[in-house]
Amino acid sequence: MLLSVDHVTRYEYDRPVRGVVQSHRLTPTKFAGQRTISWNVSVSGGTMGGGFRDGAGDWVQAWSVAGPVSHIEVRVHGEVETTDLAGVLKGSRESVSPEAYLRETPFTNFDPALRALGAAALSEDILSSAHAMSASVSAAIAYRPGSTHAHTTAAEALAQGEGVCQDHAHALLALARSQGIPARYVSGYLQSSNDGMAHEAAHAWAELNVPGFGWIGFDPANQCCPDERYIRLGSGLDAQDAAPIRGVSRGQGIEKLLVTVAVQTQQQ
Amino acid sequence: MTTYFNEMFQDGNVRSPYARLEGWTRDMPADLRLAKQAEAEALFRRIGITFAVYGEGGDPDRLIPFDMFPRVFTANEWAKLERGIKQRARALNAFLVDVYGRGEIVRAGRIPAGLVYQNAAYERAVAGFVPPKGVYSHIVGIDIVRTGPTDFYVLEDNCRTPSGVSYMLESREMMMRMFPDLFRENRIEPVDNYHEILRRTLASVAPAKCDRDPTIVILTPGQFNSAYYEHSFLADLMGVELVEGQDLFVDGEYVYMRTTEGPKRVDVIYRRIDDAYIDPLCFRADSMLGIPGLMDVYRSGGVSICSAPGAGVADDKAVYTYVPEMIRFYLGEEPILNNVPTWKCAGADDLGYVLSNLGELVVKEVHGSGGYGMLVGPKSTKLQIEQFRALILANPGNYIAQPTLALSTTPTFVDQGIAPRHVDLRPYCLVGERIELVPGGLTRVALTEGSLVVNSSQGGGVKDTWVLAE
Repeated sequence: MLLSVDHVTRYEYDRPVRGVVQSHRLTPTKFAGQRTISWNVSVSGGTMGGGFRDGAGDWVQAWSVAGPVSHIEVRVHGEVETTDLAGVLKGSRESVSPEAYLRETPFTNFDPALRALGAAALSEDILSSAHAMSASVSAAIAYRPGSTHAHTTAAEALAQGEGVCQDHAHALLALARSQGIPARYVSGYLQSSNDGMAHEAAHAWAELNVPGFGWIGFDPANQCCPDERYIRLGSGLDAQDAAPIRGVSRGQGIEKLLVTVAVQTQQQ
Repeated sequence: MTTYFNEMFQDGNVRSPYARLEGWTRDMPADLRLAKQAEAEALFRRIGITFAVYGEGGDPDRLIPFDMFPRVFTANEWAKLERGIKQRARALNAFLVDVYGRGEIVRAGRIPAGLVYQNAAYERAVAGFVPPKGVYSHIVGIDIVRTGPTDFYVLEDNCRTPSGVSYMLESREMMMRMFPDLFRENRIEPVDNYHEILRRTLASVAPAKCDRDPTIVILTPGQFNSAYYEHSFLADLMGVELVEGQDLFVDGEYVYMRTTEGPKRVDVIYRRIDDAYIDPLCFRADSMLGIPGLMDVYRSGGVSICSAPGAGVADDKAVYTYVPEMIRFYLGEEPILNNVPTWKCAGADDLGYVLSNLGELVVKEVHGSGGYGMLVGPKSTKLQIEQFRALILANPGNYIAQPTLALSTTPTFVDQGIAPRHVDLRPYCLVGERIELVPGGLTRVALTEGSLVVNSSQGGGVKDTWVLAE
């Protein structure tokens, strides 16, 4: 499938700031399921800094913007050809040991309720366990936009029984890791459509490490494994670690964030 | 009754390295000794070398006690120590490059994967990155104790930012000033070129992108840090800037320092700030001490950070037990310096042994430092032991235990005259293009009679450490 992405993130400051530094994970992962046709990231008034491929195979790109500046726009535009690999991250090059993805983070700590759900879904077969864990997260946390915020933890989302894709992913990470299955947070895009499912164009899901397969994606928010509608950008221990854009501004200005994302099918 | 090795007196005789010190103390009148001790204290106070003690409140400007009686090694003793220290520093760095790379030692089953990859100090963010010259830990502080004429044990390794080297340098300076005759009568190896070697070491790991004489800075958390004196002292000696996070900023591919003449590019950062705080874009987002974007510049080869982020995974007290394996695995050599036998409470057998023998053992927290959170069994009350038992049972994986070592003693000036007190040694091994260390290190002394805890945070003092020339 040929997908086109238009993603604009606009930061507005009520008072000009003295400068901004950002770290991006905004480049499609190199793996057998996706081929980049064109890809362009720009930052208004920005200087491109160092870029490198990290141990997990993600391209990390630094940017800096010299102030004073009262707004910044990060524009992503590109086309990616995708293939459905049933969620398996085939052909990616990485050097981090899966065991590095077993630790708790503030977003994913092993709350007793999460641990119990994980234990209930665990069976002899890791792949079946992974599917069962994803299904149990889908069942336990209803998709409801606006019900949580950027700092909601997996335990909180589970307790209130609703959340968005970030919460689903965090909950699945806690379930899996608490049972000794390495798991990581993945950020990316999902093709927009109107079929009533939990589509968020700027999307997030989880990957679990399954012996014999390696990393496999699970999207509890949509009760499926990532297919040709998904574009994978980067991964980490949680949403903060895997964020497509991390940034800091110098100055007193209060930041307002405006995001628009469109991911559409192109005629082949 | 434990017997302790006295480094000066054996069977009523004076051991050779101390031969010339016997007369020195015998001939020193009591009032002169008191005057000299007061002079030393005044000098330390004037230069401002103080030590703030964590978690104890009290006077943050407390002086670290200085004992004038030197601790002495022969050239032969030192030669063996030096070989052992360098061997250890090489193996620790090989381990770090390996576990952030292919992890051969884990694949070979020589160290448990969980101990490495689930270690709180393992930084996923630097996996796959090889720092310049393959060095993660540029200043390795190795704590060594002596139990006999030829018996030395390594207590722990410090691969992140070992402190105390300023005390080594100041103690020597102080002794040379107060007792110049001693330095004419004894042929003592100098340590005062430490800062030159440190500077050369840091310069040798400048990033490949740096095509000029590298600009080096020391990054400090600020004047409220207990080692701030040392940070400014080393910056002065090396002739480099002492900076805080707010003095540095990232622009494009490099890090710059604000100066009165405008921004100046920085190539090597000797940081005395923990990993978690150096870059809010990579680690703790709430850090106010760090430099946003620093890690991206580092990982794309625009700046070097010493010690390299992630180095801490080599020096926790559970990983410590595998250092002899590292030496065999990476260097194909037998360890020159012994490890102290260690029981890991994470294992059921070891835990059982430890709980049955708490009265005999020293128990430490895996991630603890500075002598905090530890139990010295033979020196503790029944109540203290029972309280510690509860702590261990609540979280066994957090504790290791070791036999109570019979730390050697050296003569030390006390109120009643001269008496033996227990000592340890922390040499500072510098690792860059070459591996070097100055002869000696910091000798810490437990000033309380019978005490085996030498940490300055627990009332320990320091001594000048001599290595005699051949």
